[in-house]
Amino acid sequence: MVFYVIRRILQAIPVLIGTTFLIYFLVFAMPGDPVAALFGDKQPNAELLKALREQYHLNEPFIVQYLYYLRDVVTGNFGTSFSGQSVNAVLADTIPVTARLALMAVIIEMIVGVAIGLVAGLRKGKLFDLSSLVVSLLFLSVPIFVIAFIGQFGLGFKLGLFPTTVGADASIPRLLLPAIVLAASLVAVNIRLTRGSVIETLGNDFVRTAFSKGLSRGRVIRVHVLRNSLIPVTTQLGADFGILLVGATVTEGIFNVPGVGQTLYQAIIRGERPTVVSFVTVMVLFYLVVNIVIDLVYAVLDPRIRYVK
Amino acid sequence: MSSNTVPRRSAEHFVAPVSETPVAAIDQVKLDDKRSNLWTDAWRDLRHRPLFWVSVAFILLFIVVAIAPGLFTQVPPNSQCVLGNSNGAPTAEHILGYTKQGCDVFSRIVHGAGASLSVGFLVIAMSGITGALLGSIAGFFGGWVDSVLMRLGDIFFSIPYILAAVVIMSVFAAYVNVFVIALAIGAFTWPSTARVMRSEVLRVKNSDFVMAGTALGQSRIALMFKHVLPNAIAPVIVVTTLSLAAAITAEATLSFLGVGLPAGVMSWGNDISDAQTDLRSNPATLIYPSIALTITVLSFVIFGEMLRESLDPKARAQR
Amino acid sequence: MIDQRTPLLEVKDLEVTFRTQRGEVRALNGVNFTIEHGETVAIVGESGSGKSTTAAAIINLLPGTGKISAGQVLFEGRDLAQASRTDLEDVRGKEIGFVPQDPMSNLNPVWSVGFQVEETIRANGVATSAREVKKKAVEVLKQAGLDDADKRMRQFPHQFSGGMRQRVLIGIGLSGDPKLLIADEPTSALDVTVQRRILDHLDTLTGDAGTAVLFITHDLGLAAERAEKLIVMYKGDIVEAGPSIEVLQNPLHPYTQRLIAAAPSLASRRIQASDKKLGELSHADQSLGDSVDLISAAEERAEHLASTPRESVIEIRDLTKVFKIRTGGFRSVDFTAVDKVSLEIPKGTTTALVGESGSGKSTVAKLLLGLEKATSGSISVKGRDITTLSGRELFGLRRTMQPVFQDPYGTLDPLVNIGNTIAEPLKIHKVGDRDSRRARVTELLEQVALPTALADRYPNELSGGQRQRVAVARALALKPEIIVLDEAVSALDVLVQAQILQLLAELQSELGLTYLFITHDLAVVRVIADNVAVMQKGRIVEQASTDEVFQSPQQQYTRDLLEAIPGAGIKLGV
Repeated sequence: MVFYVIRRILQAIPVLIGTTFLIYFLVFAMPGDPVAALFGDKQPNAELLKALREQYHLNEPFIVQYLYYLRDVVTGNFGTSFSGQSVNAVLADTIPVTARLALMAVIIEMIVGVAIGLVAGLRKGKLFDLSSLVVSLLFLSVPIFVIAFIGQFGLGFKLGLFPTTVGADASIPRLLLPAIVLAASLVAVNIRLTRGSVIETLGNDFVRTAFSKGLSRGRVIRVHVLRNSLIPVTTQLGADFGILLVGATVTEGIFNVPGVGQTLYQAIIRGERPTVVSFVTVMVLFYLVVNIVIDLVYAVLDPRIRYVK
Repeated sequence: MSSNTVPRRSAEHFVAPVSETPVAAIDQVKLDDKRSNLWTDAWRDLRHRPLFWVSVAFILLFIVVAIAPGLFTQVPPNSQCVLGNSNGAPTAEHILGYTKQGCDVFSRIVHGAGASLSVGFLVIAMSGITGALLGSIAGFFGGWVDSVLMRLGDIFFSIPYILAAVVIMSVFAAYVNVFVIALAIGAFTWPSTARVMRSEVLRVKNSDFVMAGTALGQSRIALMFKHVLPNAIAPVIVVTTLSLAAAITAEATLSFLGVGLPAGVMSWGNDISDAQTDLRSNPATLIYPSIALTITVLSFVIFGEMLRESLDPKARAQR
Repeated sequence: MIDQRTPLLEVKDLEVTFRTQRGEVRALNGVNFTIEHGETVAIVGESGSGKSTTAAAIINLLPGTGKISAGQVLFEGRDLAQASRTDLEDVRGKEIGFVPQDPMSNLNPVWSVGFQVEETIRANGVATSAREVKKKAVEVLKQAGLDDADKRMRQFPHQFSGGMRQRVLIGIGLSGDPKLLIADEPTSALDVTVQRRILDHLDTLTGDAGTAVLFITHDLGLAAERAEKLIVMYKGDIVEAGPSIEVLQNPLHPYTQRLIAAAPSLASRRIQASDKKLGELSHADQSLGDSVDLISAAEERAEHLASTPRESVIEIRDLTKVFKIRTGGFRSVDFTAVDKVSLEIPKGTTTALVGESGSGKSTVAKLLLGLEKATSGSISVKGRDITTLSGRELFGLRRTMQPVFQDPYGTLDPLVNIGNTIAEPLKIHKVGDRDSRRARVTELLEQVALPTALADRYPNELSGGQRQRVAVARALALKPEIIVLDEAVSALDVLVQAQILQLLAELQSELGLTYLFITHDLAVVRVIADNVAVMQKGRIVEQASTDEVFQSPQQQYTRDLLEAIPGAGIKLGV
């Protein structure tokens, strides 16, 4: 187990180096002067330009710039944005909000998705299964920003059930609508996967053996079917995390949630390249960590992984 | 007791009348008229599924609309925009009403289909081919080639592709067209195709018929093209269809975020983005392009799901 | 108390149907039989006979869309076919235990073995308090033959060997002290020696407790050896039933006669039991048209052997293959799959390489076929060492040596039609033109007794046996001298297996082929092979002519293998 954890972490290191390099390359090796872009149409002061260039090592060769940047990432120093605020401070403000939103969405998605998927799988080919297929294909096809607008317009504006925008106070009740929207964009995959997984597990010999032992139907489904079906569903959660991050960016924009996504979005629009790099790096880091955690959960759920020497 | 009943006491020796239980020839070849392999079976199955035909009809319709929008609307999408018609109600000639700029909503939807579909097809042309190629190379050669390619895939896969596309698009803001946007999306979606391709190649590569081919002295390259790839391609086609749907959504999302196609280019994402400011007063201008977008994506998703259910024996069993 | 005169189980006119896309398909057409208290009954049949369906129907656990459409399953007078779900849950485990076929797939991989035993004990009310349950679970596992049950309780199924898992499953099946135990092919996934030990163990346990047992098996020898009463099923009907020995010695139904003539374990036993020459043995009823008789196949071989000169066509010297096994860390461990194996194969004969799983027998085949590189040693085929040949020379040599593999479903490319599959070797080796190749395909299809119309069909239209015939035709296409048969008949039903074995014998005498026959099944060896090499853990432990090995085995391991052939203990009139 310990070995498995160490190996999993070691495997993530080259990926981390690769991704940060890629991001850095995308943002800084592209045409245009990042510092000049910052000032838009205004003609900046040459002294200031020079200072900024020094500060961001823009006069060094690309690879050296990257190494500076990598050093900063490793030491947890993401520098300052062009607007003067330290990126760390911005992150400290925004991460808890996004984390809260994402966690709420994942919880809603898991509960709803697994419940519907389980029932659909158990009643394969029946009305419930077919309806869940229609609904999940529909949710799979509606882009998240459309779901967000429908939620905002229908549930928020017309019915008045939720505030239509969140604003500075990102408390759990106020985040409920964006979280539901975010969950809705993910739930379809979860339903399909749970259903497929439940049907596959039901076909396993050990389920019949469990029945033959005299266990009750409820126990067989809980202990032998559901438990095993959760393994692929959990694994998928890691891959879904990327979609979740993107969804969070869009949802935060529409509902005016002061989270990582919205800040990143604004930084992109304004062309604040260092901020963009820092935020994307943090997101990727987060993504890698979440995937390591999920692999560990996977190992807990499936002893065959855990006991590999 | 009938004659076909086994006697109660074990001591008795029972034989069923041979006339009632005739013995057939051993392992007789029974052929029906149909030739059957994976593809013919899948086709025979698909042919009888209404949802398949519905999705095909919609996909064809959207392709025709994209190629020849003039067939569907006489109203030019931009030139007749009159601000006086801003957010105007539907009329007989302008069946879906007007946008904020006073443009015809229906006409804009018809003319916007081209952008969505061309991005979708360009993305799969790029990422599908790249992914299938790199995946089959990794699976075929194995060893360090496999490790390098798959780690490379991990790197690209670890950056959520829309985030990456947002960054690329913001850098290329000055040069945006459908090719650039397709490249921005495709550059980060190839690993998922590559993973499927690789695992399929590995699965088929280890089958006995490939081993039999090796024992016959067939070269590895010939085996790859004659036996491995044809048997590995089906799941890749399914995944590609589904990623086409995802690419169309991604294009709309980028346009919605303001880093997609330039404002002048007609696209559903742009229309939805423009309409959001008037969501409360005139939700129709947002809802109609959203419906068009959703139906397109849904058609490809259903098409892909139908293909999967016909081509993948496992998915078939789960119907 | 229950009246001992009512049978424990009485199955009356049982019909089972499955709903398919083509409508209702009947799997059982009115099956009748009884099991008395403490009696051991075996249902024998091939795949599709309905034997497993019968077992599943008794405890109402039919797979998929199957359901009991008529008839009764009277267990001590109660009709289980009509019983409610909760009543059935009460009967299962407590009254009727079940031991499934495949030990690898019948334990839930995510729960510890102890957990899975304990939940059974709790569900059947054998014990209730946590301590009692645990105590009983340890007891059950100890009884099943797990000596260190206390420690192994917390381990997971994948940490157990196949045999151990089957012991656990038997323990689970018996943990509720049932009156009837249904054992559905309980050992067919295991090596013969393990199979024998487990069956002996099961005999002891059920004998001591007076448990009635219903065996479901495809192996007539095993059934006759283990059960008092035999039920032979064919296509959803019981065709014959009665006391085991009587059914075997005096089969009345033509299907049973066929089955007995084709069962390798019985044929081997009949040859074994007789001091006479093969030609003097009594045959199964020859009036059965296309029926197969393994003894006549054995004779055919023996006859042609007498007229063949015996020079070695393959000489294997000190062949060794070492695999590097990665242990999950950065180190790897050497695993010697084949250890200094030397073997000579005389031209025109059949040499059987016998061993249990993991003995290295299939690796020898792969090395011989050039599919793996030898670590050391030499393999000479027709006087040329193939381990040192260049690619082009090896390509030429492949024409003289072709394989047939085990899995009929994997051996043919599903997207290539039969004609092209058989013609492929000709194309690769640039033999003939299009027309001559087509003629050769027709000729080969006739040689393996398949209709020539098959040429433009695809593999998934064929049965397993027919696919193996196609594989044989493909192997014969280049007119090779040597065929390597790697468990080529192991996955087939007995009748089909016998038919292919007969075909192989005919082809050998017709074409003068040399076979290397790799198998785990000594019974088959008896009827097909001239010489036998027994492998254990990568080494050849015994090597001699088939008669010598069967009559006076030198090694304990060989004796164990011979002992383990099902049916070895039956006395048969010859």
